[in-house]
Amino acid sequence: MQSNAALEYDYSVAKLFTYTTILFGFLGMLIGTLIASQLAFPELNYLIGEYGTFSRLRPLHTNIVIYGFTLSGVWATFYYSAQRVLKVSMAESKFIMFIGKLHFWLYFVGALIAVITLLLGFTQAKEYAQFEWPIDIVIVLIWVLWGVAMFGLIGIRREKALYISMWYYIACFLGIAMLYLFNNMSVPTYFAAGGVGNILHSVSMYSGTNDALVQWWFGHNAVAFGFTVPIVAMIYYFLPKESGQAVYSYKLSLLSFWGLMFVYLWAGSHHLLWSTVPDWMQTMGSVFSVVLILPSWGSAINMLLTMKGEWNQLTENPLIKFMVLASTFYMLSTLEGPIQAIKSVNAIAHFTDWIPGHVHDGVLGWVVFMIMAALFHMAPRMFKREIYSKKLLEAQFWLQTTAVVLYFTSMWIAGITQGMMWRAVDEYGNLMYSFIDTVTVLHPYYAIRALSGVMYLTGFLMFAYNMIKTMSSSRELSEEPQFRSPMA
Amino acid sequence: MFHWLEKNPFFFAVGVFLVIAFAGIIEILPNFAEASRPVAGLRPFTVLELAGKNVYMKDQCIACHSQLIRPFKAETDRYGQYSLSGEYAYDRPFLWGSKRTGPDLHRVGNYRTTDWHENHMWEPTSVVPGSIMPAYKHQFTNIADIETAYAEAVTVKNVFKTPYGDNIQPGKEAWEAYKPKVLAEAQKIAANMKNKDVKDAVAAGKIPEVVALIAYLNSLGTSRYEAKK
Repeated sequence: MQSNAALEYDYSVAKLFTYTTILFGFLGMLIGTLIASQLAFPELNYLIGEYGTFSRLRPLHTNIVIYGFTLSGVWATFYYSAQRVLKVSMAESKFIMFIGKLHFWLYFVGALIAVITLLLGFTQAKEYAQFEWPIDIVIVLIWVLWGVAMFGLIGIRREKALYISMWYYIACFLGIAMLYLFNNMSVPTYFAAGGVGNILHSVSMYSGTNDALVQWWFGHNAVAFGFTVPIVAMIYYFLPKESGQAVYSYKLSLLSFWGLMFVYLWAGSHHLLWSTVPDWMQTMGSVFSVVLILPSWGSAINMLLTMKGEWNQLTENPLIKFMVLASTFYMLSTLEGPIQAIKSVNAIAHFTDWIPGHVHDGVLGWVVFMIMAALFHMAPRMFKREIYSKKLLEAQFWLQTTAVVLYFTSMWIAGITQGMMWRAVDEYGNLMYSFIDTVTVLHPYYAIRALSGVMYLTGFLMFAYNMIKTMSSSRELSEEPQFRSPMA
Repeated sequence: MFHWLEKNPFFFAVGVFLVIAFAGIIEILPNFAEASRPVAGLRPFTVLELAGKNVYMKDQCIACHSQLIRPFKAETDRYGQYSLSGEYAYDRPFLWGSKRTGPDLHRVGNYRTTDWHENHMWEPTSVVPGSIMPAYKHQFTNIADIETAYAEAVTVKNVFKTPYGDNIQPGKEAWEAYKPKVLAEAQKIAANMKNKDVKDAVAAGKIPEVVALIAYLNSLGTSRYEAKK
């Protein structure tokens, strides 16, 4: 059955997810910029009454960015690259095609319902696990559909060995499945109380310290299996493709993959340092967080070395620039995290703005950069057109890079200032500052962060414009580009 | 072995799953075996306080306020005795938070009054000049969902053996019978408030969100940790 004729890959599902990546990316970053501005200028809180307060919008921001933007990006790239690395077209199986489309539509409708219920205030109040039980069930269904599509494609593959990217997609699927299920275990009160009260309401299966433990085992590792693992999957596929270089080292890929799988899950308890969870768990969290540098830097270095001897591409091709900077931010972020997980540093950093600072150099610098680069690589191949504008890409790159640097530097200063002020005592051992002093002092940093938000959002709009133009009116291509994405 | 795994996706997936599940088994299960043991004197939230906790969750106070006092001198000076695991035994979910844009609230009931909270929720800068907290005026008109809070009490009593008295039973009838108790508790809070709409609503048998929220906040630290007294 193996023929040498090129396969006609079917991109219909990948395209659908590409659209939602752009849509949710815009929404998530818009709300992010708004809530950043609200901290600097609290008057902005009442734009849409009760639904427009910082506190109500904040989970909306995190959920749209994580489950809207990032997951869409993960699935767009999955439905694109899985066909290619497995040497099989979606069009070959009506069943998989159907599952893929169902996967998308259930996801899209579910996402809209999720956004509305969150705005209305239906929440479990667990970070990144806010959704109430009926939505959790829909999410599980969506996840199962992805699993069916993935293992279905694997089942009919022509390429026997799984490429590295597939390892990471499989890990993403399994990891999130396990974490999400356990963390969201809850009892709906309506049924348990004999038809009393709101049907959406539920109580957690776990209480107090145990609940915290499960939550941060989930919370930290949702980052692992949502923001790290599938993004590594992307870079392992797209960087070698775009640059025409082979992955630097297979052994390093092996080491960093299995290392990451084993180490990451232990690190969750570093969110609970100095809390009431047992001391030995806190120590484990600390130690494994530091060990985590190895597998993380393993993949990042593997990617950077893939460019060995070809660094000139960095000046010629903006997509390489995005991907190389993404790897660099990944290294920065995975060094910063372990530093914050050291108990004495954590005593200052925890509860401060240094933490959002850390999250955002990871997300803005690594996740979003990588997803945008991947979509730019895919666009000419999916839509058979050149990328609309190279100049716009260059401008976007510098604008967003500046924005990320502004974001994390302002938040580093804000966080450390805050942490130091909280603990400052005078010569008699009395606290030097009241809490409000530590709030008002942050105003300039919050204003800088809001500015960086506006800049980053502008960059994202440039990306969206460039993508839409590429899809609709850029110059058509006669044949599929081999390596570098053609751009006007 | 790795080459073989890469050609056998099923075993590959099993391998990955075992490797990632390992840490959870080691780290999480032991603590569950111990379960959360309440400190002596701890009582579960009343139905009104549960409703307040749900308002706290709905308006996502957790986004800016923590409920975990760490064992540092600066924190115990500022907020009071550091938090103990057993104090959270009835907290479902835990509400420790991860960011302090505002101060910690774990013992706020010890040093703030109903009156202070009322002003704070209506216009934060009236009690804390320079505050960047939004006002939560809608809590003065929105009516709290006490029925759902009651259902929650029934659930944790029956499913998790949280020590609620015999009066809390499943079913609509039991709820109707219990309602006056909640209202009586709300009236005590409202008596210390000055907002006329709130007073009128409570007199008419409805409980605005802010009343429930204040009941919850007042319970934090004091009534929840009576062993210290």
